[in-house]
Parts: sequence; structure tokens; C-alpha cells
Amino acid sequence: MNYRDEYRERGVVTGLAGRIARLARERPEPLTFMEVCGTHTMAIYQYGLRSLLPGGVRLVSGPGCPVCVTPNDYLDRAIALAKLPDVTIVTFGDMLRVPGSRSSLMAERARGGDVRIVYSPLDAVALAEKNRGRRVVFLGVGFETTAPAIAASILTARARGLDNYYVLAAHKTIPGPMETLSDDPELAIDGFICPAHVSAIIGADAFLPLAAKGVPCVVTGFEPADVLQGLELLVRQVLEGRHDVENQYRRVVTREGNRRAREIIRQVFVPADAAWRGIGVIPGSALVIAPEFRKYDAAAMINVQVEEPVEHHGCRCGDILRGKVSPFDCPLFDRTCTPESPIGACMVSSEGTCAAVYRYGR
Amino acid sequence: MCVAVPMAVVGRDGDTIVAEIDGVRREATLMILGDEVQVGDYVLVHAGFAIALLDHEGALDTLQMMREAFHPADMA
Repeated sequence: MNYRDEYRERGVVTGLAGRIARLARERPEPLTFMEVCGTHTMAIYQYGLRSLLPGGVRLVSGPGCPVCVTPNDYLDRAIALAKLPDVTIVTFGDMLRVPGSRSSLMAERARGGDVRIVYSPLDAVALAEKNRGRRVVFLGVGFETTAPAIAASILTARARGLDNYYVLAAHKTIPGPMETLSDDPELAIDGFICPAHVSAIIGADAFLPLAAKGVPCVVTGFEPADVLQGLELLVRQVLEGRHDVENQYRRVVTREGNRRAREIIRQVFVPADAAWRGIGVIPGSALVIAPEFRKYDAAAMINVQVEEPVEHHGCRCGDILRGKVSPFDCPLFDRTCTPESPIGACMVSSEGTCAAVYRYGR
Repeated sequence: MCVAVPMAVVGRDGDTIVAEIDGVRREATLMILGDEVQVGDYVLVHAGFAIALLDHEGALDTLQMMREAFHPADMA
């Protein structure tokens, strides 16, 4: 057992799909479920799971791609920092090609900017240690899954006495937007496929308030059989008139999550209001660097001029992130906006809905 | 971005483990997970950090639920 291949077995996948179809027949009205996490979106398209579902079960993609929900002004600041001669920008690969208002990190690198991709934020700390004469800025983007790793990198930099390591933080927490979207009458969501690895940190119980409001929630893994079983549990909740938090992903997620990771988040970050592309400002849904760690905060410590942000004309990324429209409704999709020359973030990130639909769903 | 991979722990030195999947080995840190991890365990690795210890019983239960009692009509 390697905890992955077992959940890709064809017989199990088709059996679960059949079970969902049989259950859905018991209910004439169509059902709409939202998968919140970009990795779920990717899995759903990659394995063609939509084609296995009955017509009455509709899946909409939510705001769970961190790169996609990060507004342009963040990227514009990162790009401005990349122009400084003594700054090294370090990031996960996804950010490189995201267009800011007027440029991208990839374009800045082509112009001679020092922009590097790493696997772990600890690689960025090591880079700072080796290059004491440079200011090394890690782009801290991601949800609760990633935030503890970034927080740990700051603690590591402090333990090693570095004064040239910074984080440009744009971390977001996911329950807030789920609550906002669950209130949207136009979307009329019948249940959430709750994010898998975010839940490894925050625990399944984090969705209890949402369930208490009447929305069925199932914490679901990322393999194809996981996603279908998550959907089966959601359909069953609706049929039985329940709205609970169920945990399909018990091999990874517990009710309370990873307490140590949350403690590290609490130590380094404090909650603040966050702007989400497509949704707007959600109170308390950002994690910003706490005053005690201000010397590691790139936004506070490195002064740059950032021009007024410009959104990309015609791009419907914002509506797509709210599940309001599909990529096919966007006038740019597969015309001027492609993975080779993306216009909106949803096409760039490997987890963006547009990228998933472009690769697997056309 | 939240992609994380279940990997077998094949070595441990203090807070650093060596984890393997499909023959690929990578180092990961236990900084945000905890000390109970041992060689032979499976952990979920994200961005060089082990973030969760996999629960064998939970994994088996899920599989059993998936496989149990498929209705003949489901297999058509």
C-alpha cells in the first residue's frame, strides 16, 4: 500500500460513479457542489470525473488556487522588488509567469532580474545564508497548507541570525470565502468538497460553523476515488436532509488537524483582512507577518514604488473564481489567453480552472 | 499549490527525514509535524515539510467503504 495507487483503481472509480448516479436518481432537482481547492479542480479534469457524473450533479470550481486569488498589486510589488539590483526573488514555480499589471517575474528575469524557483522555503533561507550581501525575498503565497512552511522559514532565519531574509506575505485562509460563497443565492451551493491538505493543518472541525449554517461539508482527498466518494457522501447528506462535516480523507486528516503547524502559524502571523480576486475583501482571511517578526516582512522593510494596479481587460478570472461562469464564457479563453501566453492568473497556475479546462476539458 | 505527496520514510536524522516515492528520494523536515515519525511510516510531504503522518487504519477503512456493497447496477 502506498496510499495513492489504491485510490486510483478503475473498478472502484466506476463503481462509485455508478453509486452516485443511482443515488442522484432519488432526487429530481439538480445538485450543485463546489470543490474549493485548485488541486481538486485539477484532479477532476485530469481524471475526467465530470464525464462520469450524472447530469443532475453539477460541480463548480471555487477560489482555491492561491496564485489565482492574489490580486495584481501583490505581483506588481514583487516585480518592483525584482527590479532592485540587490534583491533576489525566490518563489514556487507557479508565480513566475503570472502577469502583473505591466510585467511578470519571468519578464523581469529575462531583463536580468535575479528570480529563482525553489522547492522549499528553506532553500530560500539557505540562499540568503550563502549570499549575505543580497536581500533574499521569498514570495509567501498559499493557504493554510503552505503558511506553516513559510512561518518555519522565518523562524529558521531568525535562529540562524540572518538579517537578509524576507517574506512578501500574501497568505490566505480558506473558511472565510467558503462562508461568503455559501451565502450567495445565485450560486446556490448544496455542499462543499472541502480542501484536503488545508484540512491536514486546520482539521475537519474547522468546517463545523459552515455545516451549522446548513451546508453539507465533506473533507475529501485528491485521488479520483476520493473525489467520487466525497461526492457520494455529499449526495447522501442532501438526500437524508443532513448538513454535517464528514471526513472522507481519514488517512491524512483528523478532526483537530496539525496542532504544531497551527502553533507556528500563530507565532509568526496575525489575521488581517484580505482582498480576494473576484470576491472582494473578506475580514480576517489574511495571514500577515506579526509585528514581532517585522524585520522579515518585505512589504514593511523594503521600500519600492508600486504603480497603480491595472486589471486585464476582458479577463473573467474573478467570476470564474466565484464559480459564476466557466472558462468557456470568457471571451479570451483559448483565443488570446492560452497557457503559452496567459492573460489571467487562472490560466497560468497549474491549479487554475482555465489551465485545467484548457489541458483536459476542451 | 497545496499539492502534497504521501512518501515512505526511509531514513531519519534528527528533524530531517529521507522520504521516498516511486524510487525518488527527497529530504524533508519534521519541523511542523512532530517527533513520533519513524522509519517505515508514511508522511505527507509539502514543499519540503512533512505535514501529516498517514493513518493506516483510516486508509483501510476508506478503501473498505469504497469497495463494499457495490450495487450490481453500479457496476454496469
